[in-house]
Amino acid sequence: MSEERSGASILVESLVKQGVEFVFGYPGGAVLPIYDALFGDERLRHILVRHEAGAAHAAEGYARSTGKPGVVLVTSGPGATNAITGIADAFLDSIPLVVITGQVPTALIGSDAFQEADTVGISRHCTKHNYLVKDPADLAGVIDEAFQIATTGRPGPVLIDIPKDVQIATAIWSEGPTQRHQRYNPRTQGTADEIARAVEMIAQARAPVLYTGGGVINSGPRATALLRDLQTRTGAPVTSTLMGLGAFPADHADWLGMLGMHGTYEANMAMNQADLIICVGARFDDRVTGRLDAFAPNSLKIHIDIDRASINKTVQVDLPIIGDCAIVLGQIIDGLGTRALPDISAWKAQVDQWRARKSLSYPANAAAIMPQLAVERLYALTKHKDPVISTEVGQHQMWAAQYFPFFSPNKWLTSGGLGTMGYGLPAAIGAQCGNPDSLVIDIAGDASIQMNIQELGTATQYRLPVKVFILNNEWMGMVRQWQELTYESRYSNSYSDSLPDFVKLAEAYGWKGIRIENESQLDAGIQAMIDHPGPVIVDCLVSKEANCFPMIPSGAAHTEMLLYGDEVQGTMDDEAKALV
Amino acid sequence: MTHIQHEIEERHVLTVTVDNEAGILAKIAGLFTARGYNIDSLTVADITDNHAVSRITIVTHGPRSQIDQIHAQLERLVPVHKVVDLTEVGPHVARELALVKVAGIGEKRVEALRIADVFRAKPVDTTTESFIFELTGNPDKIDSFVSLMRDLGLVEVGRTGIVAMARGAAEA
Repeated sequence: MSEERSGASILVESLVKQGVEFVFGYPGGAVLPIYDALFGDERLRHILVRHEAGAAHAAEGYARSTGKPGVVLVTSGPGATNAITGIADAFLDSIPLVVITGQVPTALIGSDAFQEADTVGISRHCTKHNYLVKDPADLAGVIDEAFQIATTGRPGPVLIDIPKDVQIATAIWSEGPTQRHQRYNPRTQGTADEIARAVEMIAQARAPVLYTGGGVINSGPRATALLRDLQTRTGAPVTSTLMGLGAFPADHADWLGMLGMHGTYEANMAMNQADLIICVGARFDDRVTGRLDAFAPNSLKIHIDIDRASINKTVQVDLPIIGDCAIVLGQIIDGLGTRALPDISAWKAQVDQWRARKSLSYPANAAAIMPQLAVERLYALTKHKDPVISTEVGQHQMWAAQYFPFFSPNKWLTSGGLGTMGYGLPAAIGAQCGNPDSLVIDIAGDASIQMNIQELGTATQYRLPVKVFILNNEWMGMVRQWQELTYESRYSNSYSDSLPDFVKLAEAYGWKGIRIENESQLDAGIQAMIDHPGPVIVDCLVSKEANCFPMIPSGAAHTEMLLYGDEVQGTMDDEAKALV
Repeated sequence: MTHIQHEIEERHVLTVTVDNEAGILAKIAGLFTARGYNIDSLTVADITDNHAVSRITIVTHGPRSQIDQIHAQLERLVPVHKVVDLTEVGPHVARELALVKVAGIGEKRVEALRIADVFRAKPVDTTTESFIFELTGNPDKIDSFVSLMRDLGLVEVGRTGIVAMARGAAEA
């Protein structure tokens, strides 16, 4: 069947054909034809956000928690520019998004028309690919390719800018396969030679460690299962980046916890002392490596990554394998076959000694709730519900990563690469859309939550029972911590002055508000949050001075970790200050 | 005090075959600025009958590891079909075209014409007091010619940047 349809109608049909369930968006002048095509269409559910950044983050939360691409629809000019932060966030964290932006009519492009912005230009370096569609006849093919690019290879955001006249003009549309480029074919499997070398390196290793990242989760459930198989086969201890949490169960005897700047002592020491690092879908980010010349100096490194550009970007590796994590892990497991592997019990005994430092222990505090304790109690009381957790960015995010254990993928939504405050609430909303029966909790800070606080209204409108658990210490805690450690406690603009009454704010939006002021109210407050069928803000007042440890200070090596109770110097040299 | 550290740099010639679509040049040029890479020269033109494919020649310099990253980052762009590092591949021909305007009379004018002949530069515009010479060759040859013309009334130089290709029968 083929017929003449408007660009807007072709867009809607193409989205339906892609299996899209939700569109996160906000209308405006340059997308009115598309909104009209959506009107009354039961096949797509449009979630009206309160700010376009919220749309992009909600789509990210949906994508991250379901494994399906998130779809965003915003207008030209400010609609597009507001969405940019979320697009850049998805780019750095490899989240598949398809972002549709309206554009001024073709004839007005370049004339500084009302609500005109060079969206394709602005988004060029924070999208995996982008398009300006000038003919409705190209739309179906472009959308088809956009979904392929967003979801295959290293996933990421793809933007399609559609001028208003192209939405209105018609073209022939048919249900069959689209006419389009067949040009994007990322490499997915390792060569026989690479696999043989990897097997040889594993068979020689006496102190191996598996260093896993978000790529394992992006690759899908099979990668998670194969990671566990490879670990069983080798016995290697496992650590993960912030983005990879959940790929390996946190109660496993060989789990080291997260590595990096706020990683555990055992994870960072194991990375430093290993003789073989098997990096699976991680990218040696600066938050992971610390000082580069001191990073894992004596190890061989295997790097499995689907993105060739991630190889040797910061750390030179001995064996790069470009491919999909699941496929390459399967190849390596097959390659190992029944081959006998060396005894690594001495290495594991060494790891246990590092573990015995108990780097996540923190002092008790009779006067105020320790934020670490609040996260631990939140976990203890919600674990039977297998919740989805999102976070904002800052101390609370690191505490969540450290004290909230994960056992399966797609349960942990956080802004890792871009570090976007304001991510957590809209991400939780998107995740709740995709997982209507799950308990979805945004672990937040008092400062971050205000960055997209307007999205409270979105949850109310769609009756999404998301929970926001604020660790309220009245500071931009991570900024305060850095100022304490590196700028002699000159707390420049890091105090959260004039905070709103979060309980009243919740009530104003039709949410339930709960305040927890001391430890005796902690469990009851969390329980009341879980028991309430609708959305809840918990304003949990925590110790104002608590810092996030362990910490590798800026410019330091893995072996120079600060733990709770260490003497902390009040300043830092210029070279260290210049690092991010 | 902190100082910016510098690494040993290499000069590489890359050819990039791309879909000839809107914005591709901005994407590539922008990739270089966004990631802090250097462009010494960049030439581009379409190379197929239907104008669907363009070939870009980029001369860049940087530390070894950065050149490798440039190669990988270029390959990552969806419209890019192929990236070849000619410096890595081996012997290659690199050519540039220059237009050089020289003004003068008398002996200097004669000398300019004599040198142009040695360099096989062709006068493509002549007045009684000036020439425009067209010259192709590797960039060193053009540098030498321009430097000789400096004393003979050099007015203006236009250069295309290089186009390059691997030697031998095979496609690189």
